[in-house]
Amino acid sequence: MSTTKSVEGRSAETSALITVGRGARRARRPRRSSTRFVLAPLVFITVAVVLFALFFLWPGALGLWYSFTDYSGVGTPEFIGAENYIDLAQDPVFYTVLGRTLLYTVLSVPLHYVAALGIAMLLTSTFAKGKSVARIIFFLPWLISPIVAGVIWKWLFGENFGLVNYLIEMLGGNGLQWETNPNLALVLILIVSTWGGTAFNMLLFIAAIRNIPQSYLEAAQLDGANGWQRFRRIVLPLLRPTSFMVILLTTIGAMKEFAMVQALNGGGPGTSNMFIVQYIYRTGFERADVGYASAASMVLMAILIIIAIIQLRFDKRNDLA
Amino acid sequence: MTTLRPGTRTAGTSTAGTRARTRTSRPLRALPSTLVLWLLALGFLIPVAWFLLSSFKPGSELFSLPLTLFPENWTVSGYTTAWNRFNFAQYFLNTSIVAVVTTVLTVLVSAMTGYALAKYQAWWLKLFFICILATTMLPTEVIMPSSFAVVRDLGLYNTLAGIIVPSIITATGIFMFRQYFKTIPDELLEAARIDGVSEFGAFWRIMLPLAKPIAVVLAIFSFQWRWNDYIWPLIVLRDPDRYTLQVALRSIVGADNVDWSVLLSASVISLVPMLVLFAIFQRQIMNADVNSGLKD
Repeated sequence: MSTTKSVEGRSAETSALITVGRGARRARRPRRSSTRFVLAPLVFITVAVVLFALFFLWPGALGLWYSFTDYSGVGTPEFIGAENYIDLAQDPVFYTVLGRTLLYTVLSVPLHYVAALGIAMLLTSTFAKGKSVARIIFFLPWLISPIVAGVIWKWLFGENFGLVNYLIEMLGGNGLQWETNPNLALVLILIVSTWGGTAFNMLLFIAAIRNIPQSYLEAAQLDGANGWQRFRRIVLPLLRPTSFMVILLTTIGAMKEFAMVQALNGGGPGTSNMFIVQYIYRTGFERADVGYASAASMVLMAILIIIAIIQLRFDKRNDLA
Repeated sequence: MTTLRPGTRTAGTSTAGTRARTRTSRPLRALPSTLVLWLLALGFLIPVAWFLLSSFKPGSELFSLPLTLFPENWTVSGYTTAWNRFNFAQYFLNTSIVAVVTTVLTVLVSAMTGYALAKYQAWWLKLFFICILATTMLPTEVIMPSSFAVVRDLGLYNTLAGIIVPSIITATGIFMFRQYFKTIPDELLEAARIDGVSEFGAFWRIMLPLAKPIAVVLAIFSFQWRWNDYIWPLIVLRDPDRYTLQVALRSIVGADNVDWSVLLSASVISLVPMLVLFAIFQRQIMNADVNSGLKD
């Protein structure tokens, strides 16, 4: 009911404006307007609504249904209750995968954040030279797909053939096990994802830093605040909304990391760095256990919702409207 | 910093010392920041440079010790092999079709949707906006198995349309246009209405041309997302003839015996369109007010 009210309210307003402006000649407008204010936006959003329903709502609902069935990709799914979830709760592989994904997320978010903010600060500082060229270099990874990024770093960090181990050996050390040591492989994944993710976050920060009024910083400087104090007390608090967004997006991005790792080491060695999306892909497509994979999907979805809610709560000033 | 200096300068003889200090300390203070900046920049650049230079080495030179930064015999043999052996022209064509068609549709649909969300009031519009924002939090990767089932049931399995259609709506695009249209005064729209312009006419002839800068930015973003996308092509395409570049590259790098010579060249080729796009639109990309959008 509130629709009609707000729409009529709007059209009354408009008609008042029109009557004042053009006189009684247009007195018939209101009725036409009320339909045009409903019909026009409805038509404008139709395509998006249909696509949203087809590719978000339907898969979401279907995934929820599949997670309670034994569906294997063919035939008819049979309802088996919460069996998938019970199996999942007792599946050690799932816990390992989930733990590894969370570990990766916890490590990668601060890395991404510090790298992007630090580089943005350097690129906006008055002192550093050659900023415009450096900015292009830092932005380069944005153009490179996750798959190619994996290729580039695999080539650089190859255990037997990579440049990095070659240099280490030339300096007298022993080549590191970038491919066969699970933790070193994770370190490599962290490096590559930071390298790839910095560009976009850096742009966000640069835009936000440029929006900080110069006078704030000058006033603080006159009061004797040093560089660190100015950063800590003025810049950082003013960057809060941007920081919030970067952290939220990086967290979600880390939780669904997939393509780059596929090219870099395929989640190896073995399955030691398998993250949750890869696990879902394997179970759902390679083992054709769609029901079980859907249950894992629903768990991931729940985790992401919780993360989003927690972060939205932290951000007092977020305004979506 | 810079604005303070004229003040100190005009303050008279007593500040002569300060002035001298500012002058000498400037290059000195520039040193650490510049050094850190360029060390980091080199760290970002070296992997790409090594990858690029290696792609011009002949296969025999790739692993021969001692490794050299520059190829001793420059060659494009890796490129010709990659292009001929892997049906690369086909992958290139497929990826181009997907990226271009999706981008055009994305810009159009985002503009219409963003416009409706910015310029009309209704509870269902607000609700839909929240739904759209929620798609950022819950991306396709999360519901991969059922997304696949939907694409299959729609008869889009193993077609390029199966990649294009699900990728059209993006929260980022809709959000960018919505924020932009909100900054355009309503009076413009009211004036058009008074002049008897229809709602669609107002959008098409007045509002859309005004939003050209946003359309350009979104087009660049969308092209990059689709050109570099891996997950949709991976789950939708089965026929190697229909592969996009990313899936094809993954099939080379995932092989037991990686043919590095071909892989490096093939990867470089796949980067070319993005590099060209960046060269042309560098200014728009770098100055895009990405703060008003979200990452896909």
